Amino acid sequence: MRSSRPAARGRPGKRLIINRSGITRALAQLARAIRLHNHAALAAKSLVFVGVKRRGVPLAERLARLVSRRSSAAVPVGAIDITLYRDDLQMIAETPIVRGTDIGFDINGRTLVLVDDVVFTGRTTRAALTELLDYGRPRAIQLAVLVDRGFRELPIQPDFTGRRLRTDRSDLVDICLQETDDREGVFLTRR
Amino acid sequence: MSFRHRHLLGIEGLSRDDILTVLDQARTFREVLDRPIPVVPALRGRTIVNLFFEPSTRTATSFNLAASRLSAQCVSFSRATSSVTKGESLLDTARNIEAMRADGIIIRHSQPGAPHFLSRRLRAFVVNAGDGPHEHPTQALLDAFTLREHFGDLAGRRILIVGDIAHSRVARSNILCFTRLGARVAVCGPPTLLPRYVEELGCSVFYRLDCILGEVDVVNMLRVQAERMTSASLPSLREYRQIYGLTRERLAGLGPSVVVIHPGPVNWAVEMDYDVADFPQSLVLNQVKNGVAVRMAVLYLLAGGREEADG
Repeated sequence: MRSSRPAARGRPGKRLIINRSGITRALAQLARAIRLHNHAALAAKSLVFVGVKRRGVPLAERLARLVSRRSSAAVPVGAIDITLYRDDLQMIAETPIVRGTDIGFDINGRTLVLVDDVVFTGRTTRAALTELLDYGRPRAIQLAVLVDRGFRELPIQPDFTGRRLRTDRSDLVDICLQETDDREGVFLTRR
Repeated sequence: MSFRHRHLLGIEGLSRDDILTVLDQARTFREVLDRPIPVVPALRGRTIVNLFFEPSTRTATSFNLAASRLSAQCVSFSRATSSVTKGESLLDTARNIEAMRADGIIIRHSQPGAPHFLSRRLRAFVVNAGDGPHEHPTQALLDAFTLREHFGDLAGRRILIVGDIAHSRVARSNILCFTRLGARVAVCGPPTLLPRYVEELGCSVFYRLDCILGEVDVVNMLRVQAERMTSASLPSLREYRQIYGLTRERLAGLGPSVVVIHPGPVNWAVEMDYDVADFPQSLVLNQVKNGVAVRMAVLYLLAGGREEADG
């Protein structure tokens, strides 16, 4: 894992921080770490992935493909929409549209890898954990993220991190993926 | 996709996109209802009051459940146990309830426009759960949801609404909702129970059920509302059944793809024979289940967001 990649500082505007092949490499490393750590669960066919909508979902699908590549078992992938579990629903002006959760398998007793594109304050992860526990009681939940940009507001740390980015609190980190955005890259906007 | 209304007073004020927003959100809430724990924390800390000045079982229960499944607190009030019987006015009742910090009020009242009246005077959001013969928007939305779930899309579908159109708020809301979604709507009933406005709303009108029953995809039966009717509008319930009832014989003649809906409660052996309950294309119980999801969507869209959020 390459750590503390310094974001180009001091200059305004939107900059490409990680390109297409950087994302591919990061995902390959993530998949390797997940497979190593969950060897038994994978062999027992009890490993499942759940992506946080929207961009966690294609990442979860890619990771599941990579992790199951050399094993016979297909790894199920679900999608979670945390809107109804947000802790700021009463503070935002316009009601956000809910896109829906779709977990088509039983999560009880499974080892569940929760996948998101970026971990920032940790509040999205908290909401996802609460929602998952309403679905059942997994044996374990692990968190995998493509990018950790820091500034946690809750005691939540990923188990698997693709890249750590050093950012300012007010920076915007945008992840573009082929499946959702028709292009691929991690962008940082200074404000 | 967004929903910018403060209240839900009728289908009349909703655009096609508004209706589709509610129906799409309702689909995600339908999924919530099938979870092991069918409750989400979206409206935690919100208080919703059910103000039912007219009797209701399924609508009041459905709103109550919808609020609970969104983690809101829901208090129900019915006419019989309230101070209305002591002569308290609608506005006084509502103001007192609001003083107890209600965020939303769901009202059913015999006076058309009662919800509109409250919406202009209260800070809380108002949902019309039936105002006399005027509108019953959540029924129309759940009927549209049920039909979309079955057909995919309502565009071009032929929907026949049968019964007492003049006294029916369901008929009025459903006509507005179905036509806005692109369906072709026809109505059928005794001439005394067909108001003139239906043709202005783009419906074709039939006086005999057998003339049109073979031409439709959906039969939307209505309840014969004995309590709203003057004796002059209907000769007898027996004759009504013969001409307008969905009898066992008419049911047998329906094509295999025709579906039947009814807002309930059914007057069995008047507008429908009991055989409809076992009819595989009856969507009546789907309507009841979908009602909770649709009302969750309505409450979520109206109660979510900041109190000052207006529009």
